[in-house]
Amino acid sequence: MYVATKGGERAIDAAHDWLAEARRGDPAIPELSVAQIREQMSLAVNRVMAEGSLYDPDLAALAIKQARGDLIEAIFLIRAYRTTLPRFGASLPVETGAMAITRRISATFKDVPGGQVLGPTFDYTHRLLDFKLAAEGEVQQAGRKPADDQPAPHVLALLDRDGLMEPLAPSAAVPGDLTREPLEMPADRPLRLQALSRGDEGFVLSMAYSTQRGYGRTHAFVGELRIGSCAVEMEIPELGFSVEIGTVELSECETVNQFTGSKTEPAQFTRGYGLVFGQNERKSISMSLVDRALRWEELGEEDTGAPAQDAEFVLYHCDNIQATGFLEHIKLPHYVDFQSELELIRRLRKAAGASEREAAE
Amino acid sequence: MTDQAYNFAYLDEATKRMIRRALLKGIAVPGYQVPFASREMPMPYGWGTGGVQVTAACLTPEDTLKVIDQGADDTTNAVSIRKFFERTGGVKTTTHTAEASLIQTRHRIPEEPLRADQILVYQVPIPEPLRFLEPRESETRKMHSLEEYGLMHVKLYEDIARHGEISTAYAYPVKVEGRYVMDPSPIPKFDNPKLGGSPAIQLFGAGREQRIYALPPFTQVVSLDFEDHPFMASKADHDCDLCGCSTSYLDEVITDDRGGRMFVCSDTDFCEARRAQGHRGRLSPEEAV
Repeated sequence: MYVATKGGERAIDAAHDWLAEARRGDPAIPELSVAQIREQMSLAVNRVMAEGSLYDPDLAALAIKQARGDLIEAIFLIRAYRTTLPRFGASLPVETGAMAITRRISATFKDVPGGQVLGPTFDYTHRLLDFKLAAEGEVQQAGRKPADDQPAPHVLALLDRDGLMEPLAPSAAVPGDLTREPLEMPADRPLRLQALSRGDEGFVLSMAYSTQRGYGRTHAFVGELRIGSCAVEMEIPELGFSVEIGTVELSECETVNQFTGSKTEPAQFTRGYGLVFGQNERKSISMSLVDRALRWEELGEEDTGAPAQDAEFVLYHCDNIQATGFLEHIKLPHYVDFQSELELIRRLRKAAGASEREAAE
Repeated sequence: MTDQAYNFAYLDEATKRMIRRALLKGIAVPGYQVPFASREMPMPYGWGTGGVQVTAACLTPEDTLKVIDQGADDTTNAVSIRKFFERTGGVKTTTHTAEASLIQTRHRIPEEPLRADQILVYQVPIPEPLRFLEPRESETRKMHSLEEYGLMHVKLYEDIARHGEISTAYAYPVKVEGRYVMDPSPIPKFDNPKLGGSPAIQLFGAGREQRIYALPPFTQVVSLDFEDHPFMASKADHDCDLCGCSTSYLDEVITDDRGGRMFVCSDTDFCEARRAQGHRGRLSPEEAV
């Protein structure tokens, strides 16, 4: 005998207990500490901070632990926490030109003032599983040398001096805030960059890749990719001057794109820009390609109908927290809607059957 | 973090004020989709974040809250949202429609008529009724402002031409006060007649899509149709197998693998109340024993 399903509440509690147990795994294996995740899963931590839009390595590591390593779930935890935080104000724009660099490369010039610094990169490693790691061997310390005191100005600024680079007019306009205002179209570049910076790494990567394969081709060179720490300064009204409130690690990518000119713009190199929390070069390069593709209109380029040129398409679908929530909501009960569809299909079939019988007679 | 670390009903007061402004605008322009700065909530987008934010903005400590999903109080997501407000707001909750001052719903309007002192909050997945005809938000907003609804009428006409009837069974579009075409959220079209002329305030929240809209009390709401193909509310052609009701919306339940079916009220509170009053259906437990 069917009795209306009861006990949803008990089922939920039991499921959560089971989840906690599954998260811990075999209790005979030592538990991961948040500090271990922060230090040894740092690129995962970086991704969670970038897409969670909150710079806090400890909280990001905690979220990864709680989410059993599901990074989108961890990002969600960070986002939900972030919205509850009070806002005291905004920092001054960070000076990425004054970054304490750990990695910096330019693909457009063999050498640049400040030099090329490979830094801790997977590039040129042979992707062979290192079985020594399974044995948990000691790591040999890398070589050391004192930091150069030579400044490392932005590479694109050097091109800019020759007038070959699209000029960037400084603007005093206060950029909109994606997290405080509803996103409305058309979105200006600051809003687009905010959305891309917190957008899903996989989505932004695929969009960027599609432009390389010809869907809105912009032919990008990595003019500069720099990763390192930047001081964050904030003006304190009571003091009347700015103070440093901390440092953040950033990945910044500026691409140089071939541009033969249009009706409105002369032939010159144009820019794509990517800026992401933490060491996250795949994301920052992808972001700069997509940023450039989205700028077709202001540069007077042709709309080829490519997905990466379509700001509505890109911006409304790049957020993985929105996407995963809506996708997974189809797990929720839909009995009522399904029932109304059932009735409709039965009615239509009956009507079709009746007219067929009529035709046969 | 303890629950006391959060403001009453989770959202901070500034956010609630922002949502209330959007609600007031929505009430002032019935059926118009008001953009609002939807917040990330501790439950996923698509799981009622819009409804939860609207509820949080309307809730007072004196309120009695009812949460339903598919008409039922005990579906998992309804349980989860009810618990959320018990935790963060400490408000009284109920499963009885008549006792609730605020009802948050997904996909149904309660069978029992609502009163003037009640608010019904709908969870909305896709607020734009024109979305599946035109995917671009910039275009659909233009269509609404120009009252350009021809595309929708063509779609409904094509349905009739192909299938002999309008083949929309839920989220059936309505016109509000002769002006805005509105998506009533995915309620079955059976519920559409209850939208218009209701003494209760009806509020719609779409979190992911950042839209709020509203129907003030006693608003004219007309389901789109044609003179020669008038709108018809429909339901399964059965009585409830538990309470015998012949006018309520029914869920179909598969009871065995030989085609056995039973039909029960989707509104669990309504069905239980009727059984408590002694109404019986074909398969009421007492008879089966």
